[in-house]
Amino acid sequence: MARKIGDVILDLKNVSLRFGGVKALTEVSFDVREHEIRAIIGPNGAGKSSMLNVINGVYTPQEGQIVLRGERFTKMSPYQAARRGIARTFQSLALFKGMSALDNIMAGRTLHMKSNLLAQALRWPSAWKEELAHRARVEEIIDFLEIQHIRKTPVGRLPYGLQKRVDLGRALALEPEILLLDEPMAGMNLEEKQDMCRFILDVNDQFGATVVLIEHDMGVVMDISDRVVVLDYGKKIGDGAPDEVRRNEQVISAYLGVGHS
Amino acid sequence: MSFFIETVLGGLMVGLLYSLIALGFVLIFKASGVFNFAQGAMVLFAALAMARFAEWIPGWIGIENQLVANTLAFVLAAVLMFVAAWLIVRLVLRHLVNQDIATLLMVTLGIAYFLEGFGQTVFGSSIYKIDVGMPKDPVIILEGVFEGGVLLNLEDIVAGLIAAALVAALALFFQKTSTGRALRAVADDHQAAQSIGIPLNRIWVIVWCVAGVTALVAGIIWGSKLGVQFSLALVALRALPVVILGGLTSVPGAIVAGLIIGVGEKVSEVYLGPYVGGGIEIWFAYVLALVVLLFRPQGLFGEKIIDRV
Repeated sequence: MARKIGDVILDLKNVSLRFGGVKALTEVSFDVREHEIRAIIGPNGAGKSSMLNVINGVYTPQEGQIVLRGERFTKMSPYQAARRGIARTFQSLALFKGMSALDNIMAGRTLHMKSNLLAQALRWPSAWKEELAHRARVEEIIDFLEIQHIRKTPVGRLPYGLQKRVDLGRALALEPEILLLDEPMAGMNLEEKQDMCRFILDVNDQFGATVVLIEHDMGVVMDISDRVVVLDYGKKIGDGAPDEVRRNEQVISAYLGVGHS
Repeated sequence: MSFFIETVLGGLMVGLLYSLIALGFVLIFKASGVFNFAQGAMVLFAALAMARFAEWIPGWIGIENQLVANTLAFVLAAVLMFVAAWLIVRLVLRHLVNQDIATLLMVTLGIAYFLEGFGQTVFGSSIYKIDVGMPKDPVIILEGVFEGGVLLNLEDIVAGLIAAALVAALALFFQKTSTGRALRAVADDHQAAQSIGIPLNRIWVIVWCVAGVTALVAGIIWGSKLGVQFSLALVALRALPVVILGGLTSVPGAIVAGLIIGVGEKVSEVYLGPYVGGGIEIWFAYVLALVVLLFRPQGLFGEKIIDRV
């Protein structure tokens, strides 16, 4: 199935974010098209995570707008973002540690659950049927991520790479239109990185989700993304196809440093 | 033998009441990771409201019927606890999402002092009685088995049944509903819970409401046994070791630990007390909790603390 890149689904216009006197982002604008894999890269402290947190509604930018499917926002909350089909994973893992992998991913279905509390507690047939349907959906995700064997394990006990997969699974359970991935490959070995790349490509392909991902490591990202935004010191210094970005002078100097003569 | 059974049964009943208060702690801890120091104050506040409303209502509506007055008072007191829960979340907790646990802990201390003061200002600070028509008569059972039979308080049995029903309902709520799962998720990580679309504020209001109702039921039962007065807030201190013993996150743990401590207190007081000069009841629970902590830092039923380093 050939994936078709559609119209602009998410458009960020002149976003500026400050923490007191620290300028985390300065007038950053870029757009994301439907079904594409869009990467945000940059050196440490470039404002990548801040950017993601703005899209997700954790931070409210002082200036600028977020246009999601033609709807304008100056303010968004994480809860609203989730309702509008934006899911995310976390850089420093934020899983529900005491719960099993299965329960973590089931929790991701919260927004899709319809039956009320009483019906669930009493296990009425309608509620029971709903629970089963959600469970079936979650099992598909578990199969997809190849984590069948750790279904019942409390996630706190899992190795890092697997926790990252559960985190991805929980975000997928939301059936997001836009999936935000915060350094999905940080701290992984080569094999784990390759697996993660495969999952990201498959998510994009099979689930049709638009992916916005942050990475620190340029190499991996260049191979899988359609377009790349480069940030440095909170400003956008490059935007375009991976090959274009790779040749961009500013990007090269940001990553390699500028020679001072 | 029949005296021993009476002691154990008496301990079980007191234990169930400890469990009721401990449950309030566990509920809020499970859902927000906060140890709620205000639980005792909530018990006092709820009991005060219940006692005074039951006293005032016949005057307001002009019907001198105890059942009507008590029912209305219960409903009013429950509504009051809901409003308090909503206000606490709205005015206090909402602004503290993702804050340090120590901050949240201090805030609950503040809430405790406020509720104690406010409750006594509005409802008065004397001793009041709650009379919900609990049967006061003792009954004698097993007369055929032991000489003299076993003396039981009907009141304690009724209280025990109410506590048991409440506990069963809560267990069902936490383990079998998606709201229960959402609650556990919120306890683990606020930010992640929000990012998958769990409405944090609504969840918190629900838990504080449930904790408020638990406080009300505990307050009524304790209040009808001992009378409603300031010392009711201190009963919560007796429930602290119960929470620690059972594990902060476990509903069944709170029940079992309550029973263990209830029985332990009574039996040790009666059989060990004479040798050490009595008063064991007061410190027994704490010593037991400390000993358990030495061997199981997470309590008897608490979630094992897993930390990858």
